[in-house]
Amino acid sequence: MSDNKKITLTIDGKTIQAESGQSIMNACDAQGIYIPRLCDSTGLVPQGSCRVCSVKVNGRVVAACTQPAEDGANIEHESDEIQGYRKDLVRMLFHEGNHLCPICEASGRCELQAMAYRFGISQATTYPYLQPVRPVDASHPDIALDNNRCILCGRCIRASRDVDGKNVFEYVGRGIHKRIGVNGDCLADTNADLNDYAMSLEVCPVGCIIRKGEGFFSPVGERQYDSDKIGSNIENHTAHSSLGKLIKVHQIDPNDAIHDDIDQSNVNEDKS
Amino acid sequence: MKKKRIATTSLAGCFGCHMSLLDIDERIFDLLELVEFDRSPLNDLKKFTRRCDIGLIEGGCCNEENVHVLREFRQNCDILVAVGQCAMMGGLPVMRNAIMHSDDPLRECLDEAFCTPKVLNPENQIPNDPALPLLLDKVYTCVDVVKIDYQIPGCPPSGETIWRALNALVKNEAPALEYDLIKYD
Repeated sequence: MSDNKKITLTIDGKTIQAESGQSIMNACDAQGIYIPRLCDSTGLVPQGSCRVCSVKVNGRVVAACTQPAEDGANIEHESDEIQGYRKDLVRMLFHEGNHLCPICEASGRCELQAMAYRFGISQATTYPYLQPVRPVDASHPDIALDNNRCILCGRCIRASRDVDGKNVFEYVGRGIHKRIGVNGDCLADTNADLNDYAMSLEVCPVGCIIRKGEGFFSPVGERQYDSDKIGSNIENHTAHSSLGKLIKVHQIDPNDAIHDDIDQSNVNEDKS
Repeated sequence: MKKKRIATTSLAGCFGCHMSLLDIDERIFDLLELVEFDRSPLNDLKKFTRRCDIGLIEGGCCNEENVHVLREFRQNCDILVAVGQCAMMGGLPVMRNAIMHSDDPLRECLDEAFCTPKVLNPENQIPNDPALPLLLDKVYTCVDVVKIDYQIPGCPPSGETIWRALNALVKNEAPALEYDLIKYD
């Protein structure tokens, strides 16, 4: 896929080096430039559905996670216009579902919430709250699904299909009726397992996939995004080894070491 | 400088935001140098004595009295601030708007609260005294009912957040919150 040819991009007037075949997002990650994202996650095939990673390339708005970096591209990333689009997208996600942060177990480690904090969203919007009536599926002994919080990022779909090789989740319906369905009448009917990568804390960016019996494991003040902005891990690194993982996004094998790594890290987190 | 007049109220809220206002601790003396409290549960004034500069609203609207009070605040306050998640987006009371598998969530909510055998309520009666304000079909946010000028997010917003926001407001500035003060929980 990649012939490792070096190319040059301009992002907000700053010239950066990238490899040909890299997405704009991966090229920026490697340079310590964080492009906000919700539907993209390390180790999953980028999908480009949330559009929070929108950037303007040569005058066109594109999703940075799926758009390949081109030699000489002029990328607009933190302009008022692009930041405005991103903020509005995040605001609309809050209005579209039932996002009750005060009662949510994922609060403090929720990527949607952290993104809103990063954007400094605190003032009223003109969008109506849709307050949809969505089901909760608590049929599985170890996992519950609260669809009220779902933002349709599809990370669980890709994790289950590409990493676990199980196809537990899939999109059903279209347009405003689109939702995540499970491969059966309810989650208990599927072969979902607590140790699946799709059920790990890294995959669901919000609190939709709930690991039963593990809630509120970090006290307020010590949660993931309490003091660190989302994306600060990327901004604080410039082309360091820890980002090697971010770059090898496309090669996923169900038996890959990524899976074992992540299971292991979960076990450690549970103990802490 | 002329002291600003502040009015506060708790609609469909838990008074947590008012408790958080008191959480500014001894800075309440500094606050009283800058502001004077008009209608507020803190001083138990039930009616506006005159026009106010700033109105702080805790909670959304779940009954008709809430709507009445909120409209009164809008009429009597130059700047209206929604404080906390309930005022901003409904908070916990808004959970009754979307109950799974229910076509009539309010009925389901009342049935669950008063008509299930789990609760000691021998007559299985839903409270209907004429003195009780009529419940609304669903919980509305403050923005649904009146124009809101600013919001202070949090459940509740910390004392520090309220302090910073109030300080900006008495200087006629828009409250700008830093990263660690914007919290939705």
